[in-house]
Amino acid sequence: MTSTVPRTGTVRLAAESVNLAYDDRVVVRDLDLQLTDGSFTAIVGPNGCGKSTLLRALGRLLRPVEGQVLLDGRAISRTPTREVARVLGLLPQTPVAPEGLTVGDLVARGRHPHQSWLRQWSRDDEAAVAEALTWTDMADLADRPVDELSGGQRQRAWISMALAQGTDLLLLDEPTTYLDLSHQIDVLELVARLHAERGRTVVVVLHDLNLAARYAHRLVAMDDGRLVASGPPEEVLTEQLLADVFDLEARIVPDPVAGTPMVVPVRRLR
Amino acid sequence: MTQLGARPAAGTRVHQPGETAVRVGPVSGRVRWRQVVVALAAAVAVVLLGAVSLGRGDFPIGLADVLRTLVGLGEDTQEFIVLQLRAPRIVVGALVGLALGVAGALFQTSARNPLASPDVLGITQGASAGAVAAIVLGGTAGGGSVLGGIGVPLAALLGALVTGLLLLLLAWRRGIDGYRMVLIGIALWAVGAALVDWLLTRAEIHDAASAYVWITGSLNARTWAEAVPLLVALAVLLPAALATSRTLAVVQFGDDTARGLGVRLVPTQALVVLVAVALTAAAVAAAGPISYVALVVPQVAIRLTRGPRPPLLASGLLGAALVVGADLLTRTVLPQALPVGVLTAAVGAPFLLWLLVRGRRRSTL
Amino acid sequence: MSSSTDAALRRQGPGGLGGPQGTAPQRGALLHQRRTRLLGLLLLLVLVVVAATLSIAVGSRGIGPGAVWQALTDPGVPTEETVIVRELRVPRTALGLVVGLSLGVAGALAQGHTRNPLGDPGLLGVTAGASLGVVLAIHLLGIGTPAGYVWFAFAGALLGTVLVFALGSAGRGGASPVTLALAGAALSALFYALVRAILVSDTDSLDAFRFWVVGALAGRGADIAWQVAPFIVVGLLLALVNAPALDLLGLGEDVARGLGQRVWPARLVGLAAVTLLCGAATAACGPIAFVGLIVPHVVRAFTGPAHRWLVPCSGLLGAALLLLADVIGRVVVRPGELQVGIVLALIGAPFFIALIRRRRLAST
Repeated sequence: MTSTVPRTGTVRLAAESVNLAYDDRVVVRDLDLQLTDGSFTAIVGPNGCGKSTLLRALGRLLRPVEGQVLLDGRAISRTPTREVARVLGLLPQTPVAPEGLTVGDLVARGRHPHQSWLRQWSRDDEAAVAEALTWTDMADLADRPVDELSGGQRQRAWISMALAQGTDLLLLDEPTTYLDLSHQIDVLELVARLHAERGRTVVVVLHDLNLAARYAHRLVAMDDGRLVASGPPEEVLTEQLLADVFDLEARIVPDPVAGTPMVVPVRRLR
Repeated sequence: MTQLGARPAAGTRVHQPGETAVRVGPVSGRVRWRQVVVALAAAVAVVLLGAVSLGRGDFPIGLADVLRTLVGLGEDTQEFIVLQLRAPRIVVGALVGLALGVAGALFQTSARNPLASPDVLGITQGASAGAVAAIVLGGTAGGGSVLGGIGVPLAALLGALVTGLLLLLLAWRRGIDGYRMVLIGIALWAVGAALVDWLLTRAEIHDAASAYVWITGSLNARTWAEAVPLLVALAVLLPAALATSRTLAVVQFGDDTARGLGVRLVPTQALVVLVAVALTAAAVAAAGPISYVALVVPQVAIRLTRGPRPPLLASGLLGAALVVGADLLTRTVLPQALPVGVLTAAVGAPFLLWLLVRGRRRSTL
Repeated sequence: MSSSTDAALRRQGPGGLGGPQGTAPQRGALLHQRRTRLLGLLLLLVLVVVAATLSIAVGSRGIGPGAVWQALTDPGVPTEETVIVRELRVPRTALGLVVGLSLGVAGALAQGHTRNPLGDPGLLGVTAGASLGVVLAIHLLGIGTPAGYVWFAFAGALLGTVLVFALGSAGRGGASPVTLALAGAALSALFYALVRAILVSDTDSLDAFRFWVVGALAGRGADIAWQVAPFIVVGLLLALVNAPALDLLGLGEDVARGLGQRVWPARLVGLAAVTLLCGAATAACGPIAFVGLIVPHVVRAFTGPAHRWLVPCSGLLGAALLLLADVIGRVVVRPGELQVGIVLALIGAPFFIALIRRRRLAST
């Protein structure tokens, strides 16, 4: 669980002039992005802008057609998958758990990159799983099958697995979709704690601008495959950006609880 | 809230009930007792059924005599019957069941699909096509052809391997998708079945009849000549299958999650499919396609062990028990000595239907 | 009503949602689609006529076009050639037309109802049931000709389909493509086990059965066509009645109900149609795979998902495909013949595989 890179403003994960495509359809064009150690970044944008695609490329799930993704300075495609899995954890959009799998088993799977054929269940593994379960308040549910949990509990279980994986970086693809608001807050609070207390570098794709502004320290806005704005939420969330990127006329007011920018929609433009 | 690095509260339960951690020096692992119990019970069943089977048949031989013969102190006729006729048959049956059970578990886990079995995926049809071609073309219809010369088991082996390779190559498209593999398997199955049907119409009726018996899957007249190569094949393939077990557990999670956990998907899936195909090929070469073992047994194992995936060794041992038991039934209880492949289907199919009707498990397809 | 369904269906199609459009482009697009469909229908009719002509004119025994024409038009002295044309090829062509039509229509219906692009009626227990019926007829009653065991094949096919549907719907959650496929596989296994049990010990039955099971238009004779024709006619009528309902059902059962479509009666009519058509086809010619599977996909390329067009056009293409496959079978291994079931499997499988690879059908 320790990283070999000192925790300063070092860039852990970077995309350099990256072009991403599915078959022949280019989804992301010429994108540069740098994620520093210990940052909490949210990627936002309208449907189809390429934010999930970008996240997948950052997570080594999609190979750039042009350009490259660098993890700690090394090209991620040339780093062995196992090594990457020890540093970078990814939670995909609709994670699939086999039927009958218990929460404890799911979290234990997170230790896979640290295990080998001989060392299948070391003390470190056990301690990491126990800690992950406790930290996410899932210890009581360890025996329950994952598919019997509510949506919010299930996401907690997956985050617990990512926590047990013990990576410095955590990429989450729309972890709040299909959850009701209380569970959305629950999940994001958990992620925020992961970032604040455990020093993880977090990158989240979110579709809810207000939640993104509240929890993330940095927003990256995308539109039609390009990076349009990047910076703290106050700088990125402007009425102009909302009009240009989201076709939305809106007012930006300070969130009465958190003080971060809050979007109040007026009407759709165009 | 726990602080960074603090030890978890005492008594935080990590293990599921029925699980124990085992650590010896640098080696560590987890033992799931349910799996162990099921596997042991299946192994015991195999031994018991085999022992009973040794004594039953056209010439019943008492248990005491059987034991004596095994030790080497029996009469000559009994020795012949037990050691030369029945024992190899039972051993072949057990090994075939073992191979098919493991192959079925491998296919179903890697394809994430309870329907994925070498029968549905066309591999046994390919083997049948090879075998029937050898029988028909090498028999009275066209004696001396290449296929006839190399013999039926080898032709079956080739048929299975070629079909398996085709499956792998056609299903590969930047990786292997389980759903696509099942679909392509169905296409290969249809081609294989068409070839078999066509060859059967081209044959002399005697060749057709013996070919038909072969493709039904039978343990009749199996000798040590069939058992030994099967044993060797299993000695190589079974450890390979068990070695993939650890990674298979993660592959079940979906491609993205598996990759995120550091699994190299393409080599893993390719290896798993190859081992499963080889196991099937070895089994079919020895006894013909004994249907439904590979489909049903892993589903039984998964429900008995209540796990998320069919355990490899338990599936294999249950398969062995099924085949040996079915063989015992065909030789004793049933009035006619039917090929064992008929019985496994007759047992397996209603069981599958019952599972469907009970329907508690969602199936992803 | 129909044009609004069309518009709704197009908006549902692949490629995302349609945004608000002006009425003029929408009307233009509809006209274009109608034109494409009519053109496609015309092409299909031409294809069927060509296929039928080839089927009458071409065979393992070469007969010149002049002699063929004479055989068809001149009621004079019968020669060997006119006999072949009139007694063998014309009935065979008629049978191929009727069976191909049935299989194409049944396939389109099955895929529509199961909402599964791979719904082949053969997977639903029709083939296994028909085989069991035939084997029992041969073994128990000693019937030896295809015309004789048509009824048993039909009865078996009906039994098979009914059982598969009953079992596939019996569990929690009711019928889904998965449970139906599993039920079909399990029931087929059971039936085939019985078939094998019988044939392994009765070589004479095997001798008769192995020629039926391949799926062929040859050796069936005109009387078979007459025997199954009533069922096919009823099945086709039911199918045509059912097709518009499928368009609504394709939007989802809840949406369909909201639009006034009653779901279960429509499903039952569809099932009856599929069973009649597929059962009759299998009873007449033996199990023929792939027609019902492939044809709707090809047709959908120019009809779109509207079943009012898809179902009849699938029938036409099914007829053409079957006849063409039969012609190929007659020509490719002269003077012998390759049964149409084999030809279809050999053509159909690569096509099917290409379809799978191109569509990128991925699981979650």
